[in-house]
Amino acid sequence: MAEKTYLQAISDGLREEMRRDKRVFVIGEDVGVYGGAFKVTLGFQEEFGAWRVIDAPLSETAIVGGCTGAAIMGMRPVAEMQFADFISCAWDQLVTVAAKQRWRAGTPVPITVRLPSGGGFSGGPFHSQNPESSFAHIPGLKVICPATPEDAKGLLASAIQDPNPCLYFEHKHLYRRIKAEVPDERYETPFGKARMHREGDDLSVITWGAMVYTAEEAAQQLDGDGISVEILDLRTLVPWDKQAVLESVRKTSKVLVLHEDTHTGGFGGEIAATIGEEAFEELDAPVKRISAPDTPVPFSPQLEKAFIPQVEDVVASLRDLAEY
Amino acid sequence: MATETAVDVVMPQMGVSVSEGTVTKWLKSEGEQVEADEPLLEISTDKVDTEVPSPASGTLTQIVVQEGETVEVGTKLAQIGGAPAANGQAQAPQAAPAEPATVEAAAESAAASGAEGETPTADVVEEARPAEPEPVPAPPAPAATAPTADATTDGKSFVSPVVARIASEHGVDPSQVEGSGRGGRVTKKDILNFIEQGAPAAASEAPPAPAPAAPPEAPPAPAAPAPPAAAPQPVVAEAGEQMEPMNAMRRGIAEHMRRSLDTSAHVTSAIEVDMSRVVAIRKKLKKEYEKDYGVNPTYLSFVARATVETLRDYPWINGEIRGEQIVTRNYVNLGFAVELTDGKGLIVPVLKHAEGLNLLGIARGVVDIAQRARDKKLTPDEVQGGTFTITNPGGYGTFHGTPVISQPQAAILGTYAVVKRPWVIQDDRGEDVIAIRPIMNLTLTYDHRLVDGALAGRFLRDLRERLETWDESAY
Repeated sequence: MAEKTYLQAISDGLREEMRRDKRVFVIGEDVGVYGGAFKVTLGFQEEFGAWRVIDAPLSETAIVGGCTGAAIMGMRPVAEMQFADFISCAWDQLVTVAAKQRWRAGTPVPITVRLPSGGGFSGGPFHSQNPESSFAHIPGLKVICPATPEDAKGLLASAIQDPNPCLYFEHKHLYRRIKAEVPDERYETPFGKARMHREGDDLSVITWGAMVYTAEEAAQQLDGDGISVEILDLRTLVPWDKQAVLESVRKTSKVLVLHEDTHTGGFGGEIAATIGEEAFEELDAPVKRISAPDTPVPFSPQLEKAFIPQVEDVVASLRDLAEY
Repeated sequence: MATETAVDVVMPQMGVSVSEGTVTKWLKSEGEQVEADEPLLEISTDKVDTEVPSPASGTLTQIVVQEGETVEVGTKLAQIGGAPAANGQAQAPQAAPAEPATVEAAAESAAASGAEGETPTADVVEEARPAEPEPVPAPPAPAATAPTADATTDGKSFVSPVVARIASEHGVDPSQVEGSGRGGRVTKKDILNFIEQGAPAAASEAPPAPAPAAPPEAPPAPAAPAPPAAAPQPVVAEAGEQMEPMNAMRRGIAEHMRRSLDTSAHVTSAIEVDMSRVVAIRKKLKKEYEKDYGVNPTYLSFVARATVETLRDYPWINGEIRGEQIVTRNYVNLGFAVELTDGKGLIVPVLKHAEGLNLLGIARGVVDIAQRARDKKLTPDEVQGGTFTITNPGGYGTFHGTPVISQPQAAILGTYAVVKRPWVIQDDRGEDVIAIRPIMNLTLTYDHRLVDGALAGRFLRDLRERLETWDESAY
């Protein structure tokens, strides 16, 4: 065990997969000589060579399309979008080709697309989004949203080994801010198994990614008032751990679904609806949602703070639920 | 506070002709506390399905008759207070029936009449389509009589899904629980704490239960507790058949239908009524009634109002053969055949003294009794004493039928769908022209022992006249 940043855990996990499996290669903009915009692949080209760490032209379509073809031919490509926002250029390759190949032709498409996502550092509308729900809606794609360094490494290993196209959302605001113990050995963290971040009795927060930490800070504030908050980190949205969510609902009967993505059509709606359908008789209060408003992410630090759910927003909402 | 002496709960007398009842559901289990007048069990008789309130406060020490068993009136069903009796041995005092004994004067009830499924509140629509139950605005009656506390407490009265579930699982009344949520709402924690601390604490705060006063006309105690009704003769299902037991209501309907046909000489006459005037007036009144009173003036209420008026001129049709005598009355107790929501039963609640109700009063009364019939909230008194019955199968678009008379009445009126038809009328110059008119068929099925065809014909003619020339000021 060693303490590592979230970014270091991703980098180490990726390197480990490349060392143990010759089919794994990396492709993206500036991932080679430069070591990636966020330095996740720093030193990779020296170790694995230019044929396994490929600097691609500025074409997400070409990157994902090339990966899909290589995957069909038996490789296990890992594509990096410099920012998750740019994946819109690759929508057609991902959604029309990669996601449907298994159904059309029976061939697996084991690609992993790394997506540096999320805001919190004034990146503005093109460098801060959390487009996970767009892809959660596409049958055939898996959606992964690690929150901790340990999960970042384990879920990346699972994604690379998975026979389906996997979208791996790595939150930029966690890269160097979050440090934690990461096992030295190789391991795979299974999809569809939520992580109990914090046990509590009174209220449940269902969340993922960077919002896990926002919820944690809010929960600590409420501890002082004797309100016990449980936090469930979903880890993956497709598949998502419905059983763990329903179990937490049965326990506390009051639920807040929290995400950094915008409100309408956000994945929180799916969770809230499922709770309504399958745990109606367990509810002691309306299911609440906190999310970003339905606007692009603003540049201005003050506006961005108003846009991304803040600790005080979560505290206020949890208090309201507790008093209901 | 448990009663010191044991009080028996017995199968109540739910009408003069009722001799047995079936326990359909126990609302309390052995060992639970129960308040006087709190619903204790549900029973089903061939007249009515109803809740039986507890005759006393105390612990439900013993349940003698289990769910699904049918026993004679007066049979001990359970015991409140005292020590659990050995096994249904009748305790000393034959205690009060839980429901007041039926008024003797009430004639044979109108158990079930028309054979078709009827829905009084379902409106008869021009398109003659199966009517969905008319979106009946909240019946005004409850609003007027409900305790105002309900209306004013904000959070207290809302019961969340989880609290409702826990309450029903533990047989706890959430209103007994102190609420700590917003506006005094009972939270999940509140009710769990309440149960943990020995739920029925509230019950012990109740005033000491008065020994239930025996009503003046308690049913005679049976010589011995009757054994559960004999098992039906073994009937075997053939391949591809399924069997389900007849419930008490179905047996009651079956018995009554056969008996009515064996008693009365059924004859049916029909007449066509041009409803143009009623349609126009209803269209006008509907907004006003719904806005001011929350009541929908259905076609049925117009027909009922005109019928009551017409019956004044035809006392025999509102009468009865009793022995060698012909009984007539100066009042009309109007029965309405109501289909129960599961489509598996029929009940005929009675609007008493309909001759004293105007159109609004009848519309309101029909909504009220129909709703309570479906909610099983009718009292036995309310399904008895009818003098004339209306059945309304027209909600499903039928235009003719031959309903069965509700004994011992003399006749039953059937109302059918209002349908637009080409109709020959005379224009201003007295020449025949064809117009489109909303036409409704009415049938009178009468007991020819008492009512002759000519009399029935005149009754229908006068009823049609009233509807076609509806005088707003008169009703």
